[in-house]
Amino acid sequence: MNRMNPRKLARRTGAIVLVLTLMLAALVAWLNVRGEVPLEAGGPAAPASSEVIGRGAYLARAGNCMGCHTTTGGAEFAGGRGVDTPFGIVVAPNITPDSRTGIGNWSASEFWRSLHQGRSKDGRLLYPAFPYPSFTQVSREDSDALYAFLRSVPAVERANAPHALRFPYSTQAALAVWRALYFRPGVFEPDAGQSTDWNRGKYLTQGLGHCAACHSGRNFLGGTRLNAEFAGGLMPDATWYAPSLASPNEAGVQRWSREQVVRLLKDGVSAHASVSGPMAEVVFTSTQYLTEQDLDATARYLASIPVSEKPRTEPRRADAETMLAGRKVYEQHCAACHGDRGQGVSGMYPMLAGNRAVTLESHNNLVQGIRLGGFMPTTAGNRQPFGMPPYGQVLNDNEIAAVATFIRQSWGNSASPVSPLDVLRVK
Amino acid sequence: MNMKSILNFLATASLAAFTTWVPAQSTPTSPGATATVRNTMAQRMQACVMCHGNEGRATNAGYFPRIAGKPEGYLFNQLKNFREGRRRNQAMNHLTQLMSDDYLRDIARYFSALDVPYPLALAHGLSAQQQQTAEQLVFKGAPERQIPACASCHGSSMAGRLPAIPGLLTLPADYLIGQLGAWRTGLRAGSAPDCMADVAKRLTHEEVGVVARWLSAQSLPTGTKPEVGSAQPLPVPCGNGNE
Repeated sequence: MNRMNPRKLARRTGAIVLVLTLMLAALVAWLNVRGEVPLEAGGPAAPASSEVIGRGAYLARAGNCMGCHTTTGGAEFAGGRGVDTPFGIVVAPNITPDSRTGIGNWSASEFWRSLHQGRSKDGRLLYPAFPYPSFTQVSREDSDALYAFLRSVPAVERANAPHALRFPYSTQAALAVWRALYFRPGVFEPDAGQSTDWNRGKYLTQGLGHCAACHSGRNFLGGTRLNAEFAGGLMPDATWYAPSLASPNEAGVQRWSREQVVRLLKDGVSAHASVSGPMAEVVFTSTQYLTEQDLDATARYLASIPVSEKPRTEPRRADAETMLAGRKVYEQHCAACHGDRGQGVSGMYPMLAGNRAVTLESHNNLVQGIRLGGFMPTTAGNRQPFGMPPYGQVLNDNEIAAVATFIRQSWGNSASPVSPLDVLRVK
Repeated sequence: MNMKSILNFLATASLAAFTTWVPAQSTPTSPGATATVRNTMAQRMQACVMCHGNEGRATNAGYFPRIAGKPEGYLFNQLKNFREGRRRNQAMNHLTQLMSDDYLRDIARYFSALDVPYPLALAHGLSAQQQQTAEQLVFKGAPERQIPACASCHGSSMAGRLPAIPGLLTLPADYLIGQLGAWRTGLRAGSAPDCMADVAKRLTHEEVGVVARWLSAQSLPTGTKPEVGSAQPLPVPCGNGNE
């Protein structure tokens, strides 16, 4: 046999590795730019009609742009809010028409490319904390209306703070790999077999509404089969759990009337449910401003999401001592409003017996609710909402764990007990 | 109180002001288990009284300020400041986060209209020298350092002044020290010109402690209302005071 000399072997292996790396890099690069058409020439567009601007304002509500691009008490759309992810903090930029610090120099097609392809004016890849994996489905017409609206808001000079991401997530190369794995630019394709309303609902849910950004689980790389399953998952900052829209035992509305869904999204409260945590913010800054017609369309699509239940094991029963301690806390602090049998008061205080929000496999939301309390969002349909005190002020982790366990295992509720360590771990 | 303990006080109180309220002697209590739920403002405000005391009448112990009977304009401004992050307190920031201006106004009106007894006066435990320092600042101020008398804005009986200046008496000393500390460090801010930030920065640590303890220990007769604002301008320009 003709034995190759070791130096030659090393050279050849090196060459193969180099070629493979280059091919992989080329593939990643191609996956990042495929389907892109050259940008149309031209700078910022002329002012649009007030009708287009008005439609853009409505779409900005539907996309909840303010939710990230406005800080608490800050100037509208001037950016600055950080999105806390496992890879570091991504800071939402200034999208006012200021030409130095905002997007005043952007053209309509550059704006469209950011939504559709996730690339900035200078071609840089954007972090998917900006939910372009959903926004990619937004139509060019809607993108142009959004652009026209954002050009009409007051220009605010406010320089963008840099992201605080850890290496290697801070690099464009890492982002390119992520995009090659998880991002496909797409165009919304209406389903001819479904009604116009259903298609409108799907377009809003999967596109601007970017519901999947929270309601889909993510893997360790922050990847998600976006828009495919709505399987629920912990929020990127691991504080709250966004329940599954595919499961009637979580947040699925397959068995609800459309009217109930509309009320929940419009008013923040319906006959049997109310919003809390991040979803309360969404209602407050976004969905309450949508038309009943669009919300009805959304409800129609949400109800059609195929049911998929995650297998759950029979929960371990809590010991009698914990249940007794939990009952004591419940009777002292909770029963006056939620009722001695967890029955609640319709529209004011949620019932806890049979409430799927308190029996989720993840105990995060129940612990957060007890600890932070809070009011339902004020909306046109609920101008003076009821609220709950922040019990984290008076209850320690042991007491919160006991009462959470009591609630999860009383009045027919059946969910795993919550330990003091579990409470401590919920940030 | 010596300098070191005042500094400790300031550090812990201003820390408390932006992390979480630490209930001290006045343990917050929940609504009674026998109460029936009614569709009223009082019922809605059960979420507030766990900390601020029954009907918002927190005592002069602990950390939670009395809110009952404070001017509506003051309460509204503070609720807005919490919502918009100019005042930092995790619980208050969270509770006000999703509220409209209208609802904040309703809440301010509700608590301002409550006419409930003030807690009894306490022994302030100040030395004669400290008491003199406190009363000098409260009634005369320190004009040479541009510190106006407390009473010149907060009302001659310090029960507040309409439309938006709060009463100061019977508030917990820890709370007062926490607020003055927060103004000094920028953790609490009002609308510009932020008069109290300016005044707080001109006070010494020692003065903050003795004035707070003096104010906290006084009481007011039940039914005392904030003074009606006069046409006389305030001694210092004040963004929040005149709204």
